[in-house]
Amino acid sequence: MGSSSSSRNKIPNAQELMDQTGFSSAHLLRLYDRFECLDRDNRGYLSPDDFEAVGGLAMNPIGGRIIDAFFSSGQDTVDFSSFVRILAHFRPTDRNRNKEGTQQELPNSRTRKLKFAFQLYDLDRDGKISREELLQVLRAMLGLQVTEEQLQSIAERAIQEADLDKDDAISFDEFKKSLEKVDIDTKMSIGFLK
Amino acid sequence: MAALWTLSLLLSASLLGCLAVTSPDGSPLPHNLPPSLGTNSSDGSLSVDLPMALRVFSMDYHHVQAPFEIVLWIMLASLAKLGFHWSGRVPAVVPESCVLIMVGLLVGGVIYGVRHSAPPTLSADAFFLFLLPPIVLDAGYFLPGRLFFENLGTILWYAVLGTLWNVLGIGLSLYGVCLLAQSSLGDVSLLHCLLFGSLIAAVDPVAVLSVFQEMQVNEQLHILVFGESLLNDAVTVVLYKLFESFLRLPSVSGLDVLLGGCRVVVVGIGGLCVGLFFGLLAALTSRFTSRAQVIAPLFVFLYSYLSYLTSEMLHLSGIMAIVTCAATMKQYVEANVSERSNTSIQYFLKMWSSVSETLIFIFLGVSTIQDIHMWSWPFVCSTLLLCLIWRATGVLLLTAFVNKLRRNAVTFRDQFIIAYGGLRGAICFSLVFLIDDFPKKRLFITTTIVVILFTVFVQGMTIKPLVELLYVKRKKRALPTLSEEIHSRLIDHLVAGIEDVVGYWGQHYWKDKFEQFNKKYLRRFLIRNDRQASSSILRVYQELERREQRGVEEEAPPIVDPRSQGRPLLPEEMESIRRILSRNLQNFNNKTPAYSRHTLHQDTSVDRTRKPLYRHQSLGERYSYNTITHFQGEDGGLSEPQRVRTGLSRSHTVCSISPRSTLLDSSVSAGLAQTRSTDPREDLVSPRHQETVERAARKHLSFVLENEKQQ
Repeated sequence: MGSSSSSRNKIPNAQELMDQTGFSSAHLLRLYDRFECLDRDNRGYLSPDDFEAVGGLAMNPIGGRIIDAFFSSGQDTVDFSSFVRILAHFRPTDRNRNKEGTQQELPNSRTRKLKFAFQLYDLDRDGKISREELLQVLRAMLGLQVTEEQLQSIAERAIQEADLDKDDAISFDEFKKSLEKVDIDTKMSIGFLK
Repeated sequence: MAALWTLSLLLSASLLGCLAVTSPDGSPLPHNLPPSLGTNSSDGSLSVDLPMALRVFSMDYHHVQAPFEIVLWIMLASLAKLGFHWSGRVPAVVPESCVLIMVGLLVGGVIYGVRHSAPPTLSADAFFLFLLPPIVLDAGYFLPGRLFFENLGTILWYAVLGTLWNVLGIGLSLYGVCLLAQSSLGDVSLLHCLLFGSLIAAVDPVAVLSVFQEMQVNEQLHILVFGESLLNDAVTVVLYKLFESFLRLPSVSGLDVLLGGCRVVVVGIGGLCVGLFFGLLAALTSRFTSRAQVIAPLFVFLYSYLSYLTSEMLHLSGIMAIVTCAATMKQYVEANVSERSNTSIQYFLKMWSSVSETLIFIFLGVSTIQDIHMWSWPFVCSTLLLCLIWRATGVLLLTAFVNKLRRNAVTFRDQFIIAYGGLRGAICFSLVFLIDDFPKKRLFITTTIVVILFTVFVQGMTIKPLVELLYVKRKKRALPTLSEEIHSRLIDHLVAGIEDVVGYWGQHYWKDKFEQFNKKYLRRFLIRNDRQASSSILRVYQELERREQRGVEEEAPPIVDPRSQGRPLLPEEMESIRRILSRNLQNFNNKTPAYSRHTLHQDTSVDRTRKPLYRHQSLGERYSYNTITHFQGEDGGLSEPQRVRTGLSRSHTVCSISPRSTLLDSSVSAGLAQTRSTDPREDLVSPRHQETVERAARKHLSFVLENEKQQ
């Protein structure tokens, strides 16, 4: 891989990114190519309309939320390292990691993945999914196929199932518990290089 | 019931008419079993005349015989098809192909009974030159391109390796059987067995399509089986011709085998190139049809047929040529010709392929009634068994390998459908007639007919119940809770979105490259100048739409209905919710409308006012033309969510938006009309729905308008 060193020079903080996210240099390179591809005007950062140009996202019911997830706390540009850090959540979990303590730090641990999903619901960042927030997501996903009444009952039922401390909202721990049987590690992973 | 009786009367009337005018030696298609057909010569003209005077009334049947009979056969086929669809519950149980074969059997039997000679058979020439091309053309034109290319590796894997496995397996094991049954089958040589294996192993696209039509399978599975049946033509034809030429050679050397291998590649790629050439030519021609719009559809058919004939002439794969031609020319032709021409093209394609298919099945039935059958229990039964066994093992093995490389694994249920859905059809039938004559040829013919009938009838009829049985079995595991279901769906949508951002699968790289090439060179060259890209007005409109859309999504004021608090959900409701969730994921990610042999794209049957906006779905990227209409209709959610990849949309094509406001209104009202039909309690809900419909319509609009192209 003779070109990797020269191309790694293109990417700022490559080594630091690799350590923090666990991506290999090949992954980083590919992501950088993709970043450049998305960045149509070659500004060095991405803005919301770059994301919206990605065809599938417009059709996605939670496309807007996914785009927002890339833009942290009020900023409206995404540079390459933030881009990579967000995508690092979706790296497949390494099964043979045996260093202690590092599992929690890596963005692709199960908890971190769930946290990312949780934040798609919890737009006001209060640490809980309220009924309204759940309803919004349900409405987006189910579209026109269910009546409002059905939506209400679905949301009600979902909260009843998951809400253990009876505060009429789903906290992150309750969210985690309701998904304990689901294999998040495989579900929320993409093979970046295939 | 009354309709059934009426139609069967109609049918028998046409039958009798057919018999009556069929002169004893006449038949619409030339048949190649000369020794077995009786020939009486007769002059089919009658006249009522006065001696030496002018004839007042005369009939000269001989003059119109050939076209008359052809038309009668086609009429019979079409009436049978009509009758089938009117016959109440029969379509649910028996696939159309079975009914048609039965009608053919009936007709054949009647003709045999009346004339005491074999009825006309399906000649190989007529089949390959006239009946097969329309079907394959139709399939190629409506081929879901993206799905096909995404699964291309798997399809090729199944087509090439799977067919090879089947051919060699069946051929060699049949030879073993022949060795075992030396007494009756001793004179069937290895090469003959291999030849037979090559023609019987091929999965037939016609039969597959007609049966899968009635089964709601997911898109991926459909494209796998269908793509395999299309592509294995190359392998089949080459192997067949190879073994046939081996039979004629005095001896076979290793070099010949090697050359045979090269031939497969040449045949396949040659067919591809021929198709590409004619496709591009057709696209170019359609560019200039603006002044003679009426004949524009003709070019589609002419060029496709030319490509087929050319590749048949060069002994290349005609099927691949015609499919490639159709797939290539489609986007450019649709851009160039008028709306009406497009509709004409689609309708004619569907009509011709439908007629062809019906005729093929009827003739299969008719040709079964012959007096040249030779029966041999061990041969026939072992062929049947071996076909099933080798196909099953082949699919299992190949899938085990290919699943490692695929993202969407081919599940066990899919594998079963692939293996069991490998139907044989008319291609085998025609090929077997083309074998050079040898003592056991009649045995081969009989066996082929038996295999075809078996696969079409038994497998065709039972595949649907078996599939449902398998599905039902899987449903009995523990049901997930509602939270799990919802959150899983959310995560599925999330991952799909992230994959879109990342541009998953290196394929996208090539796809983007192709799209750029397409846009830069091909489209400029092949599409009319006034139909090409962009406009600034549209960009501004899109921008406004986008901003509006984001604003609307964020507010979403909730309406809390106090009455529905705490009411537990009934199990049926849970079930319907689950189905809605799974179907929803499919719909949102499924960009192509479900390919259906016998119906056009749904947009042509939907509201006319919406057509201009959603018509150009197939240009460039394939966006779902209208998810609103997807909401009603078939329950396709039988399997895991299917994710279809999309790439960065650089190529833009836009539809007409001239009466923009009226289109918005009409789409909103059409959407409303549909939600109203599914929602009885509209008084409570309609303002909400109107808003959501508008929002959805706007979303879809803004999204569809990403495609820039002016009409």
